[in-house]
Amino acid sequence: MDALLLSRLQFAAATMFHFLFVPLTLGLSFLLAYMETQYVRTGDETYLRMTKFWGKFFIINFALGIVTGITLEFQFGTNWSRYSSYVGDIFGSLLAIEATASFFLESTLIGVWIFGWNKLSKKAHAAVMWLIAGAGTLSGVWILIANAWMQHPVGYVIRNGRAELDDFMAVITQKFAILEFFHTIAAAYILSAFFVMGISAYHLLKKNNIDFFTRSFRIALVFGLVFSFFEIAEGHLHGADLAEAQPAKVAAMDAHWETETRAPIFMFAIPDEKNERNLVEIFPIPGMLSFMAYHDFNAEVKGLKDFPLDERPPVLIPFVSFKIMVMLGFYFGFATILGWIYRNRLLEKPWYLKMMLLSIPLPYIAIEMGWVLAEVGRQPWIVYGLMKTSDAVSPIAGSQVMISLIAFFVVYGLLGLIGFWLMFNHARKGPAEVIAPS
Amino acid sequence: MELQTIWFFVWGLLWAVFFMLDGFNFGIGSLMPFLAKKEMDKKIMVRAMGPFWDGNEVWLLTAGGVTFAAFPDVYAVMFSSLYAALMLVLFSLIVRGVGIEFRGKLDTPAWKRLWDTCIFIGSAAPAILFGVAFANIFRGIPFDGEGIYHGTLLTLLNPYGLLGGVLFLCLFLLHGANMLACKTKGVLHHSAVRTANRLWPVTLVVTVVFLIASWFATDLYDNYLASPVLFLFILLTALFLVGVKIFLVKNSFIKAWTASALTIVGATFFGIIGLFPNMFPSSINADFSLTAFNASSSPMTLKIMLGVVIIFVPAIIAYQSWAYRLFKDKITEESLAHEEGY
Ligand code: HDD
Ligand code: HEM
Ligand code: HEM
Repeated sequence: MDALLLSRLQFAAATMFHFLFVPLTLGLSFLLAYMETQYVRTGDETYLRMTKFWGKFFIINFALGIVTGITLEFQFGTNWSRYSSYVGDIFGSLLAIEATASFFLESTLIGVWIFGWNKLSKKAHAAVMWLIAGAGTLSGVWILIANAWMQHPVGYVIRNGRAELDDFMAVITQKFAILEFFHTIAAAYILSAFFVMGISAYHLLKKNNIDFFTRSFRIALVFGLVFSFFEIAEGHLHGADLAEAQPAKVAAMDAHWETETRAPIFMFAIPDEKNERNLVEIFPIPGMLSFMAYHDFNAEVKGLKDFPLDERPPVLIPFVSFKIMVMLGFYFGFATILGWIYRNRLLEKPWYLKMMLLSIPLPYIAIEMGWVLAEVGRQPWIVYGLMKTSDAVSPIAGSQVMISLIAFFVVYGLLGLIGFWLMFNHARKGPAEVIAPS
Repeated sequence: MELQTIWFFVWGLLWAVFFMLDGFNFGIGSLMPFLAKKEMDKKIMVRAMGPFWDGNEVWLLTAGGVTFAAFPDVYAVMFSSLYAALMLVLFSLIVRGVGIEFRGKLDTPAWKRLWDTCIFIGSAAPAILFGVAFANIFRGIPFDGEGIYHGTLLTLLNPYGLLGGVLFLCLFLLHGANMLACKTKGVLHHSAVRTANRLWPVTLVVTVVFLIASWFATDLYDNYLASPVLFLFILLTALFLVGVKIFLVKNSFIKAWTASALTIVGATFFGIIGLFPNMFPSSINADFSLTAFNASSSPMTLKIMLGVVIIFVPAIIAYQSWAYRLFKDKITEESLAHEEGY
């Protein structure tokens, strides 16, 4: 087997696995910081118990986020060495800045938070969680600037046979990066909110610790409600920007073959890549795609057929993942609105609680679908318009990558099982009594 | 001084700090099956690593990240050439981290045994592998002008490479034993001290053998012969190593730890100084070698990154020292009873 395909599989597997844990870290840290602050302000021990109960999920999840992140940092060199040589001047710096500016702070402080209950004042201990949350967000900022640069390279010149930095500010302030950051961070907040609401719903259904879980549910609800609606609006802007930045991706994610004005969106379609058309097209909304992309029902949208064959992304995968993500996005808005209506009589709505319990996996699916859309839709480019993925791979033997890929599947599979099982167990047990810090 | 030269030494320093800090965790993890007589000992040893392992590991991420940023070709060729070895390191670090974090989450013997094994392998394997990798870099790696590696994992396991592995392992074990001596009381403390005392002569012998073998197996001494004053540096490192023994005898364990930390920094710099300006020498043809000058990033990137380092590294040192001071107390059964951490 060739190193290219295997490396792609390995990168996708490793990043997607990493991103099973990152979002909960990003979101839960803020919820924890809020809960602990409430404890410090009011002295109410329920908040302390909340901090410790939800904190344990955070710790388990965080550990898996860390160990899977390390692999990513090195995979650019091991598997994408041609890429690394070509863009290291820019891309490498962003990764290095991420490590120096955020990973250090985050990883040093997490130790302080876990072990520091009796060593710091209550206020300082809560402040540590705020800093962890801030540092996590900051690491998201830098890594997404890096990713945005691959999606939409700016601020570079081609010199000495590689991309060299020309305008640092252009790289770190570009619109694509800002949109990608807000989209991803809001996705992480939605996931965390649904995680907390889902587990709280489970205990409310069983009438365990009612006060504790009602309060947890409500805190998460506010968070989830705000960001679910934010996400829909932001996602739309993201898509509109994409029409400028990566028109081929937009055509693929809407299975749009012919260049036309008043381009429609189909409620349902089945793309047929071989014959460059859609097998089935149901319920067209005329002009909708033109409107979504250019805010004008009559705008012309370039179709896939007008892109050279070797610059076209796969169609089916981006198309399906986009539809799933958007549908889920609207569902999250709907579910949190319902929650807001029922917020004072949650116990009377067991069906709603059941629905929220069953919704825990949905944001995970939406997030992974989002990344699949963004990354597969970028193909065949590794740096859009600049370098093809096939030119980026390391000159290494496929057999080596095969072995490491299998090892990834085995080790990550086991770790994932153990990690989620630990969280599941902890969720079922519910909060323990805690000793207030001395 | 030229930017590339500054960056070369920053690069070396980051590796040295990583070895110095995570080195004691590698040491403690490797010593665990030998020193821990009962479950409480293991708990204490894991707790000695608990608050620090992640913060220390980030020095590795930064060393890697800075290689990527400042010397992209080195990052590319080094990491793809050493693919198999690096994957082994990564998997080891993964199971070590999870082991430290998950060990205390459940109270059954099988669970503990699983993670004890992971912590041991995840500590000993990287210690040896980093030594093997660096010794091979000192010696030169068989890669061609296209950056293609002509060898296998076994190519790295030559006698000099293996000697490097043994050297790193010894240094880290000694360093770990010193840390443990600082962190514990009672029986565990005494066995840590005894272990450090026994490891010391072994480490000394391996170090001397390594220095001699380097004369024959590498070109590291060329730079030293060109400016003999640099030999003072080797002498200084030797003094640090002697210092470890002196402080162990005097029962000043924090000083012994500091001395072993400086020994590790010195040992790393022995190689870094010898390499200069090479970063990843080719054993096929010296023309293919990647140096600080032919593999660096653009001046603009080097300047920006230097700014980043100058701003952040002092801050990192400040808050990491604060964290070390916060958890400076000895770990005992009683102190663990008041904690929920692990
Ligand atoms: C939006 C945010 C985001 C994205 C897109 C990524 N990560 Fe991540 N990463 C985080 C946000 C994050 C985090 C939330 O900050 C983590 C989780 C646990 C942690 O320590 O930080 C983290 C951990 C983490 C670590 C371990 C840090 C430590 O030991 O403390 C590394 C090395 C990486 N990541 C590297 C990457 C790379 C190379 C990525 C791209 C391919 C990537 N991450 C995608
Ligand atoms: C963390 C969330 C992410 C996920 C889940 C994710 C997912 C994926 C997937 C599915 C692929 C495979 C695409 C294909 O080969 O068809 C891929 C490729 C890739 N992604 Fe991402 N990605 C993430 C973030 C990033 C970030 C932040 C970067 C850069 C900083 C990045 C860089 C790459 C590279 C270099 C490849 C390999 C080359 C390629 O196939 O394009 N990814 N990723
Ligand atoms: C409901 C309306 C939504 C719209 C219109 C939308 C739009 C988009 C678009 C156009 C992209 C592709 C950007 C690119 O290729 O670079 C994207 C990516 C992504 N989406 Fe969504 N999205 C929506 C909801 C969601 C939800 C609810 C989640 C998760 C909870 C989510 C998570 C993601 C992620 C993680 C990415 C990849 C990162 C990025 O490129 O920003 N999205 N979204």
